[in-house]
Amino acid sequence: MEILIILMPLALGMGALFVFLFLWAVKRGQYDDVETPKYRMLLDETIGPMDPKKGKEI
Amino acid sequence: MSSNQMRTGKPETFTYDDEIVKKFVIATLLWGAVALLLGVTIAFQLAEWRFNFEIPWLTFGRLRPLHTNAAIFAFCGNAIFAGIYYSHQRLLKSRLFSDVLSKVHFWGWQLIIVSAALTLPFGITTGKEYAELEWPIDILITVIWVVFAVNFFGTIIRRRERHIYVAIWFYIATIITVAVLHIVNSLEFPVSFTKSYSLYAGVQDALVQWWYGHNAVAFFLTTPFLGLMYYFIPKAVNRPVYSYRLSIIHFWSLVFIYIWAGPHHLLYTTLPEWAQTLGMVFSVMLWMPSWGGMINGLMTLRGVWNKVRTEPSVRFMATAVTFYGMATFEGPLLSIKSVNAIAHFTDWIPGHVHSGTIGWNYMLISGILFYLVPKLWNTELYSKKLAHQQFWLATFGLVLYIVSMWVAGITQSLMWRAMDDAGRLIYPNFIETVIKIVPMYWVRAIGGTSVLISFIIMMYNFYRTIKQASVKEETIYEAYALDASSIEAHASAHRKLEGVPMIFSVLSLIAILVGSGIEIIPSLLADKYIVKVSAIKPYTPLELHGRDIYIKEGCYTCHSQTVRPMAHEVVRYGKASNAAEFVYDHPFQWGSKRTGPDLARAGGKYPHMWHYKHFWDPREMTAGSIMPRYHWLFDQKLPYTGIPAKMRVMQKLGVPYTDQQIASSIDDAKAQAKTIADELAQSGVPAKLAEMEIVSLIAYIQRLGIDYGSVPDEPAQEEK
Ligand code: HEC
Repeated sequence: MEILIILMPLALGMGALFVFLFLWAVKRGQYDDVETPKYRMLLDETIGPMDPKKGKEI
Repeated sequence: MSSNQMRTGKPETFTYDDEIVKKFVIATLLWGAVALLLGVTIAFQLAEWRFNFEIPWLTFGRLRPLHTNAAIFAFCGNAIFAGIYYSHQRLLKSRLFSDVLSKVHFWGWQLIIVSAALTLPFGITTGKEYAELEWPIDILITVIWVVFAVNFFGTIIRRRERHIYVAIWFYIATIITVAVLHIVNSLEFPVSFTKSYSLYAGVQDALVQWWYGHNAVAFFLTTPFLGLMYYFIPKAVNRPVYSYRLSIIHFWSLVFIYIWAGPHHLLYTTLPEWAQTLGMVFSVMLWMPSWGGMINGLMTLRGVWNKVRTEPSVRFMATAVTFYGMATFEGPLLSIKSVNAIAHFTDWIPGHVHSGTIGWNYMLISGILFYLVPKLWNTELYSKKLAHQQFWLATFGLVLYIVSMWVAGITQSLMWRAMDDAGRLIYPNFIETVIKIVPMYWVRAIGGTSVLISFIIMMYNFYRTIKQASVKEETIYEAYALDASSIEAHASAHRKLEGVPMIFSVLSLIAILVGSGIEIIPSLLADKYIVKVSAIKPYTPLELHGRDIYIKEGCYTCHSQTVRPMAHEVVRYGKASNAAEFVYDHPFQWGSKRTGPDLARAGGKYPHMWHYKHFWDPREMTAGSIMPRYHWLFDQKLPYTGIPAKMRVMQKLGVPYTDQQIASSIDDAKAQAKTIADELAQSGVPAKLAEMEIVSLIAYIQRLGIDYGSVPDEPAQEEK
């Protein structure tokens, strides 16, 4: 089962990568607020659907 | 987080690239129809073999890989790209990084699909399930995937919204993981432009393959679609997701658990016991995050359930999430060893897979398209009525599919294992267990047809919708750039660091790959990694060529080559398989489905003449067989001169062929072919047969299990 010599580091490496991404997200305050993002994603149009001719939301 | 009122200065104006989304939508619709048509074709072939019209490139073994590749990479792939490119821009308030890269991505991906369609039916295949494409296409996939990644991460770097919404995390996991899986599993050594051998052999190849295969399902058919679910369901009902916190937990737990579950495809094989247990435990654990996600998706609809009745997009998405719940309950169940013992190799597995691909992927894609198409083309949906008819046809077809495969799978499995008190098989003839379930194959084919019709209705619906499209002025959006004024103090330092995680991801990825590459190649080529059981010898030149025919014709789509250590299998097939048997198998051919019997012990079971007649027309030997005819192998000349090149590659991969053996391989192959042809000639078969490919296939089949048969019954130990 020598293949595990490759697969284990690979799986662990990917795990480590995701741990890093997770820590990054936490540290950057990505999860400080877990309420407003879910509303904000609904509002992406309202900041400026700036079609001057139609004013129609996309 | 950042709130817009705090900002000073002028907002930036920008547009989104919706043209690229439209392109991917059209491609999704076209390839979806192709994938389903192929699926229905091979479903009918199992019910009635004549549906291959005796044309080589229409036979089951050649088309089944095309069907799976088309469904996963062409249909789902294009849909993923459409949905990601649409939502990514809007969630980040930024146009895609590069219009040029978007176009390269689109056309490159279509080129990959066309190359698949032009190679797989003609037997150009690596013989590894779900990764059948040959090495030049593998390289193209890698390049296009990198283009996608640059475009995707570039957009993140340029974003105007600080928070990275959960959907985008799902996309990130997809892009990173698929890249690693694809590269690791596709490591192969070219023999020619259209032929290569897997770098790994036997058990190792199997482990890599199912680590890939399982995670392809996880990270191609699940995580991107969950991301799309978290974007499009809230959008479609204009309500926030039920719990954002839960969605974040859903994401991280899924990502950490999924990658370990692969070995559940290899239970009861010669994979080490602990690896099997690991796979089983993680598979069962997967149930929790999966259901968390399902509940989160469905609860988003609270208060607007009526839209499930009235809005096609909501109806399809709600159904999709329900099927996701079903499939992710069934999956862990199938990973439990005792259940797996019954279900593995049977039709229950295709049933399970289709509750995922049709129930979850097709339904979700439909829901997304019903939301997207009217928006993109600035018009109303042509007909809600057609959409609802489509829904019922698809659901009806899917239920027929799932139920018929449950019945077929369990019925056949129970027949395989039925033994009397004396330990004899009650159904010793495999064909009895096939004939019993052929009615279920008809039901499945009808179910599949119903799904195909539903899809065609959707195409028509969108065709009419797009036809009535009105020209749309390009919408201009505005948002503030992410800069010092947009966030808290120290912001400028943050701004500088903005690109760091991206660069880090890319660098660590490269590091992982280079690191493992350095480890992998020498270790695989080194002699000490070949487990030695002296009785097990490499294939002869003729058998090696025969094995390539086996791969080319896709025999592994119907036949397994691994006997599980269970009483009824040992009685039916012979000694349970041992890891040492497969050390020269580049690639492994264990298969995953027993539409026909296991072949691991086929060698010597019948005389050459039996195989000769059987390949000419299986029904001559076995009444009621559903195996295709392989009559073209009887008049295709065997390209003897190609054999030495193959052996040299095998030699490089660690198979102990001597230079002497390679030098004499053509003569050896001819001599072996002659002995087979001579034996057949006694029964009146024309002597020209020694020139034809069929002899090599017979030689290969007659070799299967022979070496291990001569090993004393004590299980062979690795002698290092
Ligand atoms: C559509 C599925 C299918 C495909 C593809 C297929 N087979 Fe079969 N095969 C069967 C079925 C079903 C049986 C059992 C009935 C019979 O004996 O024909 C069988 C039987 C056999 C047997 C006899 C096994 C035994 O122990 O009795 C051999 C050998 C065999 N197949 C070889 C092959 C080879 C080699 C290929 C590829 C060139 C192939 N098969 C492709 C379905 C298939």
